Amino acid sequence: MKKILRILFYCVVIGYAVLTLIPFLWSVLTSLKSTPDMDKFWVPVSSLTFENYSYIITKFPFFRWLINSAIVAGAVTVGNLLFNTLAGYALARIKFPGRGLIFYIVLAVMMVPGQVVMIPVYIMLANWGWINTYQGFIIPFLTSSFGIFMMRQFFLALPVDLEEAALIDGLSRWGIFFKIALPLAKPALAAQTIFMFLGNWNSFMWPSLLASSDDMYTLPVGLNSFHWQYVAYWNQDLAGTMFMTVPMLIVFLLFQKWFIKGIATSGLK
Amino acid sequence: MRTRGDLATGYLFVLPVVVSLAVFLIGPIIYALYISFHHFSFLAPDQATWAGLSNYTKLFHDPRFIRALGNTSLYSLGVVPIQIAIALMLALIVDSKIKGKTLFRVVYFLPTVTSTVAVSVMFMYLFKNDGLVNLFLSKAGIPTFDWFNSLTFALPAVMGMAIWTTVGQFMVIYLAGLQDIPQELYEAAEVDGATPWQRLRFITWPMLKPTTFFILIMSIIGTFQVFDQMYVISKGEGGPQDRTLTVVFYLYRSAFKDFDMGYASAMAFVLFLIILLLTVIQRKFFKEETN
Repeated sequence: MKKILRILFYCVVIGYAVLTLIPFLWSVLTSLKSTPDMDKFWVPVSSLTFENYSYIITKFPFFRWLINSAIVAGAVTVGNLLFNTLAGYALARIKFPGRGLIFYIVLAVMMVPGQVVMIPVYIMLANWGWINTYQGFIIPFLTSSFGIFMMRQFFLALPVDLEEAALIDGLSRWGIFFKIALPLAKPALAAQTIFMFLGNWNSFMWPSLLASSDDMYTLPVGLNSFHWQYVAYWNQDLAGTMFMTVPMLIVFLLFQKWFIKGIATSGLK
Repeated sequence: MRTRGDLATGYLFVLPVVVSLAVFLIGPIIYALYISFHHFSFLAPDQATWAGLSNYTKLFHDPRFIRALGNTSLYSLGVVPIQIAIALMLALIVDSKIKGKTLFRVVYFLPTVTSTVAVSVMFMYLFKNDGLVNLFLSKAGIPTFDWFNSLTFALPAVMGMAIWTTVGQFMVIYLAGLQDIPQELYEAAEVDGATPWQRLRFITWPMLKPTTFFILIMSIIGTFQVFDQMYVISKGEGGPQDRTLTVVFYLYRSAFKDFDMGYASAMAFVLFLIILLLTVIQRKFFKEETN
């Protein structure tokens, strides 16, 4: 009985792993098949080719889209790290009038779905001439109420003793923040980096509204338009998805420990 | 603890966030409310006319909105429980003493890092008429479908895809919850002769309640805001006879295709109220359960 259960258990474990991997593996494989071989189930390794990749790279600005994605996701991440951390620290540690009110506002707007502000912000950016510009992609997204909340919770849970000792030693508030609090906040900063970068790298709705010419597309927008309009064959389409997927997979595999911890710490208790 | 100059420092630290929240969130929320009570076109914002509640009342007579709301509810109702069940099961598995559990954690988490657009393209390929899924079904003697073009199966196929993509994220949050349960509880239960099932039922599950609550809320909010997958898969059309049209999808289309921004804003606020209501109900329910 116990043995049967054990076998069953491993069937589930391995079965789900296979289910997870098949879409990736099958897509990679198809993206490496030449067009005549595309619908064949088995193809010898020797006839696999990179021709789909070279075709789409020469015909479409995938590298440009990749760079746009990196610029936007990078800038938004850096901004969030800086601003959310400063605010989270102040809301947790510095006493000033109005801090309670600010915190309640942060909590309240966390509940409002992004689609509520999508229309007014779009109109505003259009009036400023920020549609199809990097500042339009970046500036409205430089802070996040969830990020502020997360950092505040983290600093609240940090013991004050060290900061008090530093104060007695004559460090200013800025010194305390940069020399004591920030180094201690590394795990929370890592979690936030992952969240912001991943979220913005994969973000689709906003960039598809804000980008109106294909040299300003981010990867998801570019991939979507490529998939709708230009694609002739599935093997090329799937080669396109690899531009989106492979960089993130590499980052994930390199930092998987941090990734998994990062997601776990965001499930704040 | 106080230092000299704390007042100025405090305000300076929160300044960027306050400005950003005011300009890109609070101002726009108020403006959106204004728009939702007007006939408002993006093409002629100066000619906005007072609409009273008509944008809101129109929603409930609009068969497309009803369809979108129905699809979204069905999607949420299908995805949320299955997602939580699988996430918990996977978390229990990779928290147990199996061989290579780090590897399995990594594998199960993998889909979470991929973009919805890329995943949608991959799944369209897998689920197409002569795709891999149908190939297996036909080999097993099960009837095949043109999944994403089928009236019955388009929505369930997207649901399956959503579960596949996000389960890993919730698994990891459960894993963190599991590691917070004091081991003594299990040891005591073992002394009392509890079966594994009883340990799961009377220790693990109740101790995971806050985690489950968090996941439930995240999952519902996420499913009610679904857009990317439906948009990509149906090429912006909403699927056969609007079968994959969701609230956010319809909102997006009303605002940026029909330029009826008053109507779209009313929809956004209805979506907000639904999410708020569901969250409040859950909070109440979970409080009663734990008392």
